[in-house]
Amino acid sequence: MLANYAPILIFLVVATGLGLVLLALGFALGGGQKDAEKLSPYECGFEAFEDTRMRFDVRYYLVAILFIIFDLEIAFLFPWAVSLDTIGLFGLVAMGIFLAVLIVGFIYEWRKGALEWD
Amino acid sequence: MIDLQLAAAEVFMVCAICVVLLVDVWLPDERRLLTFRLALLSLVGAAVCSAYYLPNGSVTAFSESFVTDPASAVMKIFAYLIVGLVFIYSRDFLMRAGLFKGEFFILALFALLGIMVMLSAHSMLTMYLGLELLALSQYALVAFDRDSPIAAESAMKYFVLGAIASGTLLYGISFIYGVTGTIQLGAIAAHFSQPGAITVPALLGLAFIIVGVAFKFGAVPFHMWLPDVYQGSSTPVTLFIGSVPKIAAFALAWRILSESLGDMHGSWQTMLAVLCVLSLVIGNIVAIAQSNIKRMLAYSTISHVGFIFMGFIAGTEDGLQAAMFYTLVYTLMAAAAFGMVILLSRSGFDAENLDDFKGLNARSPWFAFVMLMVMFSMAGVPPFVGFYAKLVVLGSVLDAGLIWLAITGVLLAVIGAFYYLRVVWFMYFVDPVDDSPLDAALDFRVVISANGLGLLALGLFPGVLLDLCARVIG
Amino acid sequence: MEGIYLTIVLCPLAASIVAGLFGRQIGRAGAHSITIAAVAVSFLLSAYVLKAIAVDGAATYNAAVYRWAAVGALTMEVGFLVDHLTALMMTVVTFVSLCVHVYTIGYMHDDDGYQRFFSYISLFTFAMLMLVMSNNFLQLFFGWEAVGVVSYLLIGFWYKRDTAIFANMKAFLVNRVGDFGFLLGIAALLMYTGSLDYVQVFGHAERLSGESIEIVSGMQWSALTVACICLFVGAMGKSAQMPLHVWLPDSMEGPTPISALIHAATMVTAGIFMVARMSPLFEHSVTALSVVIVIGATTAFLTGLLGLVQNDIKRVVAYSTLSQLGYMTVALGASAYAAGIFHLATHAFFKALLFLAAGSVIIALHHEQDMRNMGGLRKYMPITYWTSLIGSLALIGFPGFSGFFSKDILIEAVHASTTPGAHFAYWCVLIGVFVTALYSFRMFFLVFHGEERIDPHVKSHLHESPWVVTVPLIALAIPSIVIGWLTVGPVLFGGFFDEAIFVLEEHDVVGELGAEFHGSLAFVTHAFVASPALYLAAAGVLVAWFLYMYRPGLPGQISEKIDVIHRLLVNKYYFDWFNENVLARGTRCLGGGLSRFGDQMVIDGGIVNGSARVVALLSIVVRNLQSGYLYHYAFAMIIGLAALIGWLVVEL
Repeated sequence: MLANYAPILIFLVVATGLGLVLLALGFALGGGQKDAEKLSPYECGFEAFEDTRMRFDVRYYLVAILFIIFDLEIAFLFPWAVSLDTIGLFGLVAMGIFLAVLIVGFIYEWRKGALEWD
Repeated sequence: MIDLQLAAAEVFMVCAICVVLLVDVWLPDERRLLTFRLALLSLVGAAVCSAYYLPNGSVTAFSESFVTDPASAVMKIFAYLIVGLVFIYSRDFLMRAGLFKGEFFILALFALLGIMVMLSAHSMLTMYLGLELLALSQYALVAFDRDSPIAAESAMKYFVLGAIASGTLLYGISFIYGVTGTIQLGAIAAHFSQPGAITVPALLGLAFIIVGVAFKFGAVPFHMWLPDVYQGSSTPVTLFIGSVPKIAAFALAWRILSESLGDMHGSWQTMLAVLCVLSLVIGNIVAIAQSNIKRMLAYSTISHVGFIFMGFIAGTEDGLQAAMFYTLVYTLMAAAAFGMVILLSRSGFDAENLDDFKGLNARSPWFAFVMLMVMFSMAGVPPFVGFYAKLVVLGSVLDAGLIWLAITGVLLAVIGAFYYLRVVWFMYFVDPVDDSPLDAALDFRVVISANGLGLLALGLFPGVLLDLCARVIG
Repeated sequence: MEGIYLTIVLCPLAASIVAGLFGRQIGRAGAHSITIAAVAVSFLLSAYVLKAIAVDGAATYNAAVYRWAAVGALTMEVGFLVDHLTALMMTVVTFVSLCVHVYTIGYMHDDDGYQRFFSYISLFTFAMLMLVMSNNFLQLFFGWEAVGVVSYLLIGFWYKRDTAIFANMKAFLVNRVGDFGFLLGIAALLMYTGSLDYVQVFGHAERLSGESIEIVSGMQWSALTVACICLFVGAMGKSAQMPLHVWLPDSMEGPTPISALIHAATMVTAGIFMVARMSPLFEHSVTALSVVIVIGATTAFLTGLLGLVQNDIKRVVAYSTLSQLGYMTVALGASAYAAGIFHLATHAFFKALLFLAAGSVIIALHHEQDMRNMGGLRKYMPITYWTSLIGSLALIGFPGFSGFFSKDILIEAVHASTTPGAHFAYWCVLIGVFVTALYSFRMFFLVFHGEERIDPHVKSHLHESPWVVTVPLIALAIPSIVIGWLTVGPVLFGGFFDEAIFVLEEHDVVGELGAEFHGSLAFVTHAFVASPALYLAAAGVLVAWFLYMYRPGLPGQISEKIDVIHRLLVNKYYFDWFNENVLARGTRCLGGGLSRFGDQMVIDGGIVNGSARVVALLSIVVRNLQSGYLYHYAFAMIIGLAALIGWLVVEL
């Protein structure tokens, strides 16, 4: 029974190992000067520590939502690609329809100007 | 291929929505009417598909997760009809309010698609899929008027509460799946028909599912969203939300409670009966205190839900037919009632208050009469069809031996008659607050007159629709 | 045939709707053209149906046209039963109606409600046809009530007159009493047979006569007798039998054509027709027949006497109608249904004639109706005079005229009948013949002969009525003379009603008479030898001549001598007094008391307003639950869910 979980254990070990190795490599090979900017935590587009009641652009949300939709939908392609040999033509057509619907959605948001920042 | 034929209406609807959507994004604002026409056209096309690919009996498709039968086809065609009414009633109002956008029609069509999927669902997941499609479209529709804070507020309420209800329903479904090992409705029914299959986890799942059903219907105490959403949405959206989705709610209860959990009838009968009585009491009594017509109609909906529940409570074939009849009749009445509210409103002025109906007879005798027909029908005055709707559900409850429930229903219907008749009284015996003449497009006038007269005609010849219901369901 | 029957019924309805709703658009000429055309079509088709059935021997038609509703095993349908009886009634109704329509053009010429009037009388024709053509009790009741409603509208046609409003209320209320009985009868039949269809109900008649019903505890009554008597109460209302006759004389407030239409040919005969139609039921209940014959005989005699003291020309004719209806009822009670219907048919012609003649006189005298202000009109109005004479002769049963045949056979039938009470009835109808002749010719002499007591102003332009008035008079006068002679043999003794009317072997008095019948001529000559009725009628005419032509002062002296009886007659046996002072006042007192204590205090104060107040209060309280806060809403849902699960736990 537990033998079935062996690959997961191996995966965990390798992943942890790889992460540690990369960090160690960076630390060892990087050198360089450390100033305050470089040492501060980084988050995309924001100051990390300031008033939580700050204003920020609502367009982030729009982009994020659109991204998530397409991201999730495209994620669907991976299992499909793996099993394409068993589902055959039926699977191909089904994915074609799926993508067609997705493209309609894409065209809609494009025409509506949701992809333009200004 | 046979699978796709059985789902022809749904397939057509998806394609049609894509086309409408693509056409709409390229249209300049002044040619937006084309969207409206295309939307109507897609309803007609779907109706043709539903009627043309109608199997004789009940046929399943897509690995038994989808079913097409005459009953669902009839209800789908009814849904197209009501959505068509919604579009026609809404057009001018939307134009005047500056809300004439393609999204209204597209979202409504998506909601309709959700209803169609629910009607044809033969697996818990299909049902849930349809439900979510419907619900998400409705949330967006409620928030459709983006500049109205009250619309945003009610959309938010609707969304949060809807999410809770969906989650509860899904939780219940997972219980049932855990007990039976299947999500396919026929297999679930087969499982529960074995002796001793009704276990505690199954009953727990049932309780959660009932919450989901009750929320969808708007039965007390899961009704709280309903008055706020009805009032907060712009009237065309209220018109939509107040009418067609009741068919979906019926589908949910019918497919899940009657068809797959029918053997647990003994357990859910009492639960529904309690919800039913609460809905009748709260709906009818609180409606009296309302001064806003949309809110009043919201409470009236709640009380009608009580009557629809009666058919399910009876648990017989007759009861199911009665519930279907009531649902269809209700959608027709609701469409006409909100249509009248739209008729009374003009740009910059929403007819929201009961006072706006004062003296309608002096302003337009014919439309006052149409409203009278609608109100009488809702109150259950013969010879309007609402009377027969109440009659058949009460009859089915009586046949099931639930005399106390029938008496409660009749008593509360009498209390309910008050607020319907008050509208009539306002129209005929009170001086108008404002006496500008009513103006509406010709097609609007014709359609709403036909809608009102339909209530009378169906009341004079109730056999037509009753026979249809009896033939297709049960 | 179904198409024809539907056309017959629906034509007048359509015309009525058009004339009623679009009267202003189509104008006066439009209104009368369309209604007359419609009724003419109905009449022609009815005549065709009568020919098809009576002459060509078409089969009886009995089928549903439309199913209105089905409740369990009970189906409610609209259907037609057309046999000899129906065909005859249809023809009579449409013919008289047609005459009245034409006549109305002249009579209502100056009236503001011209179109409305035509709409009403067409509607009336429709209702009456629905009544006679029905094949089930529900439709019969529909026709029955529809006829009642239209008669209400027609009597109160001049709705600005207080007396007209009073009269139509009275007619309506008195008919309600009868209708209630009728409804009870139908309900009783429905309860015992489970059906509303004539044929099915009749099939149960024999079984029903054996079943007993206990209404007052300890009293066992035959279910059939109770049902039949209830039905007959309906007939008493509609056909104005004592004591429900009081509405008919007052209904003379309506315009004359209605008086003729309603009171002669149609509405009042509905009761007679109904009893004849129900003959399979009545035949099995001797008790019911006995009630029928006694009521009929009493009405025939007593209301005839009332005709002697009336001064209003239309009222005389009205009382005469009452009396003749009594005759028909007597025939029904004697199981001589065919004779009753035959008298109904002949009476329709000559009574319509008399009403229209009276109307003609009234128009000529500018709406003067008091006979004391008439006299000597013979030379001014020859056509009216001669047609009135024909009508009066037919009414009193002058040998050879239509009334003679029907009335003589009726009297003979009563003589031969074995129904309990027939003996009493025989004497009533026999003396009634004398009374009939007396009041008929009293009226005739007072109007057309003797000294002219007419207002001189009116007299200056007194002339015969226009052709639209006189043509119907002539059209009605001809059948009044000949119709009896021509049809008595085939209709009464030729088995005409064999299929439609059911008579038990031992009750078959018409059949017995038929054995002695050898053609109309022989019948007339036989009457000179054997009929006391003929000599009584002659005596009546002579006495009338003596009193009103030869010694005009004598009637006044006589009435002074027998002051008590005279006062009784003038006050119409105090029926109205009784109704108003005892029934109405008593009911009002009772109602007032109940209203004050029961209604205003307990029901209004406690139950209605109290409950309304509670509901309103509750409504405001519950409304506050709807706070608008999202978390309250979610909380309510969670509580609901918890309650459901809690209930499950308790249940387990």
